[in-house]
Amino acid sequence: MADTERIARRPAAYAKAGWRLTPRMAVGAVAGVLLLVDLYLIFMVAPTDANLGNVQRVFYLHVPISLMSFLAFFLVFVGSLMYLIKRSGRWDSLALSAGEVGVVFVSLALITGVIWARPVWNVWWTWEPRLTTTLVLWLIYVGYLMVRAYAPNRAKAAVYSAVVGIIGFVDVPIVYYSVQWWRSIHPPQVVGPLAESGSLDPTMYMVLLVSMLAFLFFTVWLVMERMAARAAEDELGRIRFELRRAGQPSGD
Amino acid sequence: MKDFLGPMATMVWKDIVLEARSRELVVSVIVFGLLLVVVFNFALRPAPGQAAALAPGLLWVAFAFAATLAMNRAFIREQEAGALEGLLVSPVSRDAIFLAKAAASFIFMLLVEAALLPAYGAMLEFSALSWTLGAAILLATLGFALIGTLFSALAAQTRSREIMLPVLFFPIITPLIIAAVAVSGGATGGGTFTGLGRWLLLMGVFDALFLVICPWVFSFVVED
Amino acid sequence: MNAGYAITVEGLEKSYRDWPVLWNLDLTVPWGEALALFGANGAGKTTLLRILSTSVRPDAGTVRIAGRDLLRQTAEARRRIGVVGHRSFLYEDLTPRENLTYYARLYGISDREARVTAALERVGLGSRANHRVRALSNGMQKRAAIARAILHRPGVLLLDEPEAGLDRDSRRMLGELLAEWTAAGRSVAFTTHDIELGLAWGHRAAVLTGGRLAFPGGGATDIQQALSSGPSTRPGEGEGRMSDGGGR
Repeated sequence: MADTERIARRPAAYAKAGWRLTPRMAVGAVAGVLLLVDLYLIFMVAPTDANLGNVQRVFYLHVPISLMSFLAFFLVFVGSLMYLIKRSGRWDSLALSAGEVGVVFVSLALITGVIWARPVWNVWWTWEPRLTTTLVLWLIYVGYLMVRAYAPNRAKAAVYSAVVGIIGFVDVPIVYYSVQWWRSIHPPQVVGPLAESGSLDPTMYMVLLVSMLAFLFFTVWLVMERMAARAAEDELGRIRFELRRAGQPSGD
Repeated sequence: MKDFLGPMATMVWKDIVLEARSRELVVSVIVFGLLLVVVFNFALRPAPGQAAALAPGLLWVAFAFAATLAMNRAFIREQEAGALEGLLVSPVSRDAIFLAKAAASFIFMLLVEAALLPAYGAMLEFSALSWTLGAAILLATLGFALIGTLFSALAAQTRSREIMLPVLFFPIITPLIIAAVAVSGGATGGGTFTGLGRWLLLMGVFDALFLVICPWVFSFVVED
Repeated sequence: MNAGYAITVEGLEKSYRDWPVLWNLDLTVPWGEALALFGANGAGKTTLLRILSTSVRPDAGTVRIAGRDLLRQTAEARRRIGVVGHRSFLYEDLTPRENLTYYARLYGISDREARVTAALERVGLGSRANHRVRALSNGMQKRAAIARAILHRPGVLLLDEPEAGLDRDSRRMLGELLAEWTAAGRSVAFTTHDIELGLAWGHRAAVLTGGRLAFPGGGATDIQQALSSGPSTRPGEGEGRMSDGGGR
């Protein structure tokens, strides 16, 4: 029963590892500091918008969050593609983690978008190209998570969601162009947000950049955390697996 | 190539024969499409002369819903007695299986649309015959068939498959709906001809991309 | 026919999530022999057969059918495999003849009509060949499924519990067919719960327990003993966990 002995020794191996600074913690720490600095900059340093007032500050959250959701979905695409080619659980874990983070971010992007749209365009919702694309994105990736949840088992969940992750990502630019052209047929009655950002105040611009950087670290950290949790689940599964293989009661 | 097209034609023909015998797909989807236009009419109550403006949108909402209904059936038939497994252990390539299923769905959807178009034309006061509308129907339906067949195979193996197909299908085909409505708007007189070629190109790009990607990922969906 | 073995399996492993089904399994079946596979419910018989038929991809190990590696020369191997599963693999709105003609085209068989007729005659379905499958009894459907599997004259015939749903005459027919099959130098692997039947049809018997194969001596009592003595008391066994073909 060499297997059981090996498993029995495992806790010792974990204990010996002790506490040490992992890359994951480092990224998390940087993200934390940057987010605090970012908060200070947004509320204390950035000037109040002349036309829109304080509500304009949501812009420093809305833009980075939207961009990071795109980054997350790009990671889903990469993870999905590599999983289908390599069949390694690590890639599936990346796709899953980025998918969950991406859906949270794209939801936040929609919510902050609505908060933004109200004072700028005087409506809660407008079929502006970027906002519309974000909505379609949200629908695609909610479907992505649903496929994972409803697949008959974990191996199938990985394959099916990889398929959706690839198809969905390829579709995004087509959705964007179609929505944009569609709007150009019915010209928008309101000024788009980029019209303002073209002449963005230098301080505002700096705050936006810091915000982007903070959210970049934050996103990467969230994905890493989720992947670590997934790895722990897998490790538990492997221990159970080896116990069963060795013919020992697994205690569950 | 002969090893590819031969089996493909065989599989498409089999679907046509099965459909001709059971008539469970085309006829019921046509009835569904007619029901939709009646519901639209009650829901929107267009005044005389207004209907034509609504026509492109209603037409494509109907076609898209009809497509999900039709696609849901595509793999149920294959799985009734395990025929799909029989196909998968045969030497026929997965690409051929996918393209045959997509081609069959494409043909069935065209039949449905051909039956619905005159009815919609009459009820919504637009002329059903135009080259641009025809091109839009061909391109959009091809895209429906590719995406629908892939997700139908995928959804058939998940829990709550009837929900999974539309949930995955509709967001992905948004560009096709937008483009098809824009082109039909030009064709039915409910809009302008602005950028007609651009819209057809967009649909063409969509179809070409997924014509390459869908068969490839399909082979992963059906493996065990 | 071909040098070497009809079926060669080395170090085969398959698990569903963290549930090991087949573990380090080795197996060879020579040409001209029929192998009877026994095993308790959930022992992995169906999974093993589905791996041999290329329906399920193994996690590790190599499988060769007629010398063709299942993972590398898949299409080549598939031409040499005939499968009779739990389900008929037939379209219910087509007749047996149409179903067989359809598969004959897919397998690229040239003298289709003669081969289809011969296969249908062989399983005694000649008179019912033009009724829709839906209208046939279970036993008749099973016969049609067998005809479908032998149509392309595969070197290796794989049958999963073929006796299920067959009456005495049909069983005798199938027994004769398998005997002819092996006499012609082809080979067969089948699973069964019927020990007597398995011993009568198979040249060799193997018992699947604890993810491995055991080859007990030829008697029914030996098989019975192997079935009950094996480590079938694996944890979780009999709790309805997915272990046989992933709970299809």
